[in-house]
Amino acid sequence: MKMKKLGILLSMMLFTMATMAQGYEIGDKVKDFRLKNVDGSYVSMADFPDAKGFIIIFSCNHCPYVVAYEDRMIELHNEFAPQGFPVIAINPNDTIAEPRDSFTNMKIRAKEKGFPFPYVIDADQSVYPRFGATRTPHIFLLKRDGADLRVAYIGSIDDNFRDASAVEERFLANAIHAVQRGETPDPAVTRAIGCTIKTRN
Amino acid sequence: MHDYFLYLHIPKEFFMMKKKIVILSFFAVLFISHVVYASKSDHLTVYNFEEFEHWLYKETDSIYVINFWATWCAPCVKEIPDFEKLYEKYKTDKVKVLFVSLDFPAQIENRVIPFIERMNMQAQVILLDDPRSNRWIPKVSDKWTGAIPATLVYNKEFRQFYEREFKFEELEEIIVPLLN
Repeated sequence: MKMKKLGILLSMMLFTMATMAQGYEIGDKVKDFRLKNVDGSYVSMADFPDAKGFIIIFSCNHCPYVVAYEDRMIELHNEFAPQGFPVIAINPNDTIAEPRDSFTNMKIRAKEKGFPFPYVIDADQSVYPRFGATRTPHIFLLKRDGADLRVAYIGSIDDNFRDASAVEERFLANAIHAVQRGETPDPAVTRAIGCTIKTRN
Repeated sequence: MHDYFLYLHIPKEFFMMKKKIVILSFFAVLFISHVVYASKSDHLTVYNFEEFEHWLYKETDSIYVINFWATWCAPCVKEIPDFEKLYEKYKTDKVKVLFVSLDFPAQIENRVIPFIERMNMQAQVILLDDPRSNRWIPKVSDKWTGAIPATLVYNKEFRQFYEREFKFEELEEIIVPLLN
């Protein structure tokens, strides 16, 4: 009997852990972060009191899928930051496991591309698991809900990583438009190939 | 030449037609030689998802181990020898290992094929070229968020998808129970 109870407790704990490990889902409240930007400052979402939401992009330097999207990331920021949805790019990779994603290389890449948005590093890798990010690029659209920020869309920027001119559906832009109209994005979740987030084994 | 044909009372149209045929056959030869050349030098067939999909639903007695990878993906490259070892050890036991490269088609000649040769990859390699991945990723597995490496193992009774890295022993643990 005791063993059975213990078993139930254990499986409940495991279930909770498994659910937690999956990260945010649509509608979940998002916790703020404080991460170092390529300009040396620290960035939190609280620094943008006027923002109606955020385009959080888990990104890096080395991943070819990120590189394919860099120009579109810049365009998205330029299009939507004035409407209250700035981009914050977060590098979640361990820089020893993937030296190409080191902070120094982030600074170089941000300068080369002239990123108009913060490019910050999740140095202790505590932020990306909270979001449940699994790859770069991995996008989380957040919307303001009173004092809170909630997840409105998870996935990719659009439906064609390789060719911006062949895009048929701008998933993220459509999701922002839906949020602006007070509607729920559809689709609210999309999937795309990306590079795994690198950790030290 | 034009005048000569006129002299022989061959209608001008015939000459025009002939010219067309000559041009057409020239392109035909070019095309055929290109295809022959490609099939000779190219170990890598490129599929879109529709063409590739049948690989996910084979109804044979084999066990299929389908690994999604790319040359630029460091953890994928790291586990290739483990999949190769699995292929070598179990190929007579009807274990089919398929490497599905998600490299960009523009890099086939200068990057992917040299890589396959350098790694001396013996199991079959194909390239899946379909940028609209939101449409096809869920068809491979509902569990797949899109990160690679990713591996699908299935036979007629078993089907499991793994978005993770593998070592040889871990692959064996999955395969061996399916062999009997």
